[in-house]
Amino acid sequence: MILGSINPAVLMAALMVAATPILLAAIGELVVEKAGVLNLGVEGMMIMGACVGFIIAVNTGSPFIGFIGAALGGIALSLLFALLTQALMTNQVASGLALTLFGLGLTALLGQQYVGITPPRTPKLDLGPLSDIPFLGRALFTHDIVVYLTIALVGAVWWFLKYSRAGMILRAVGENHDAAHALGYHVKRVRVLAIMFGGACAGLGGAYLSLIRVPQWTEGMTVGAGWIALALVVFASWRPWRAMAGAYLFGGIVVLQLNLQAAGVRIPVEYLSMSPYLITILVLVIISSGKGRGLNAPGSLNKPFHASS
Amino acid sequence: MKKLLTAAVLSAALATPVLADTTKVGFIYIGPVGDFGWTAGHDRARQELQDHFGDAVETNIVENVDYGADAERVMTQMALSGTDVIFAASFGYGPDVNAVAGRFPNVHFQHATGYIQEHDNISLYDARFYEGRAVLGHIAGKMTETNTIGYIASYPIPAVISGINSAYLHAKAVNPDVNFRIIWTYSWFDPALEADAAETLIEQGADVIMQHTDSTAAVRVAEDAGVMAFGQASDMVEFGPTAHLSAIVDRWAPYYISRIQAVKDGTWEAQNSWMGFADGVIEMAPWNDRIPAELQQEADALIAAIAAGEYHPFTGPLNRQDGTPWLADGEVAEDGDLASMNFYVEGITQELPN
Repeated sequence: MILGSINPAVLMAALMVAATPILLAAIGELVVEKAGVLNLGVEGMMIMGACVGFIIAVNTGSPFIGFIGAALGGIALSLLFALLTQALMTNQVASGLALTLFGLGLTALLGQQYVGITPPRTPKLDLGPLSDIPFLGRALFTHDIVVYLTIALVGAVWWFLKYSRAGMILRAVGENHDAAHALGYHVKRVRVLAIMFGGACAGLGGAYLSLIRVPQWTEGMTVGAGWIALALVVFASWRPWRAMAGAYLFGGIVVLQLNLQAAGVRIPVEYLSMSPYLITILVLVIISSGKGRGLNAPGSLNKPFHASS
Repeated sequence: MKKLLTAAVLSAALATPVLADTTKVGFIYIGPVGDFGWTAGHDRARQELQDHFGDAVETNIVENVDYGADAERVMTQMALSGTDVIFAASFGYGPDVNAVAGRFPNVHFQHATGYIQEHDNISLYDARFYEGRAVLGHIAGKMTETNTIGYIASYPIPAVISGINSAYLHAKAVNPDVNFRIIWTYSWFDPALEADAAETLIEQGADVIMQHTDSTAAVRVAEDAGVMAFGQASDMVEFGPTAHLSAIVDRWAPYYISRIQAVKDGTWEAQNSWMGFADGVIEMAPWNDRIPAELQQEADALIAAIAAGEYHPFTGPLNRQDGTPWLADGEVAEDGDLASMNFYVEGITQELPN
């Protein structure tokens, strides 16, 4: 049997690694959209994180500090978006697209001196006996710490949105900013904080690519990962655990098709690769057809807010 | 006042002497110039072109231009702003080049690795990468210990398919047990995907990784995994000093310089050039020291034989994958057949996607 050369445990392990960067970016964007802001600049913030994280990790020799720098880099770019959309009331879609273009250009400039350098290695977490468990050990317990922290972050975001008071305020702002404002909540403050969180997460996702998954800095290296993260939020209908399931599905399809090809199985690669996007388009069609409420789209998504209106 | 200022600026602009002998050359690239692969190769040539002519040429580049509407828009913009020669440095620009060339008959178009030539202001140029692949295949066949070669391929187009066939035939010639595992990424540049593909191939037993994609990710992964790899289009040794055995390095500069000279002399005409070792358009990156001296000599001899025209990488008897005869004993493949190759040769076990 030709499939015999594919090791399911390795497949599972590779899937988790492939899913982590898009999951990080998606969970950040999910919070931003829950606050009623549509930031299409995820790709730009990711590449910013990839570049800044790489530069800092190389200069300090510590991948940990690199990741912090990546989050800060993502936040810096997201603050630009916050300034444009929250203070200057510009169009969110156009500002987000501009952010992506700006991020790609700026990092090409910043990263010029860093091509061809090897970043400090991020150690794999030593989970002792856990990683010796047959199958599960190789599949689940041989990763770097970021993979596990990402899963923890998904849980934390889920808890925050569902049970914490701050999370409920954030959702109120996203569902109906006029009502939230009437109740005395600071709509813009909440939104700026959410945008910063989104920037930090996207930056971390980018750094995961440049510091762990590839690991090197190459101009334009995110190649659309930010757009996949955006699609993922819609695909998950703004629910954190679904975003994780979606990311693992996206990652799984990528890894699976590579393995099937290498094993010589004749599969229509094109169709498999396009399937996540097809599903996303389908979800978008359903949402725009007015059945969006059932899909959980925040009521004030992409609507500008000014206290005077 | 404002009007006056505008008028002054305008007249100043008009008064600026236009250097009649400055040739304006535009380049559009599919990837970033920092890819350290294919696009970097073209940009090296652009710099050499600039150095060669100095002030007599003005070069402009636009990176990361997608096939289709984007490419058409960029080339139209270039043509409208007085560009004399446009180099479109990727296969998929074919329809776009032809559409724009029809509207601007006075602009010279140079399309790399293309095959569509509907107007007499389009020249096509390409490198015989299969010649280099033959050398890589020979080395890979001798160096592999697991007898499994991993191949990361981009799109199933003739240039890529003939490269796989050439590498396979020459690996097989020195190692009858060799086996190729091929992954198609359907992208020229996607570092994360290429890294995943390399890891998958290594996991499935490959100990030599070849790539026909443009990023350096696979070489990096091979270095980490302790296996061997070949770079693509540029010398990628710094990404894997131990793993990197060699690479086919593209040298477009002599051709670019000759074409711009032709424009200046007024002798430019539409051509279809397919150049290889003999023309100096492809060459091999320095051999890694881990390649035994004897094998290095064999590789050098193979290059010399191909360059001298004594040996053709596709020399019969060769069969297609399905066992039907392709080339008879001693017969050499026609250029037309290679330029439209859409089948694997006998021995490759995977099926070619269509």
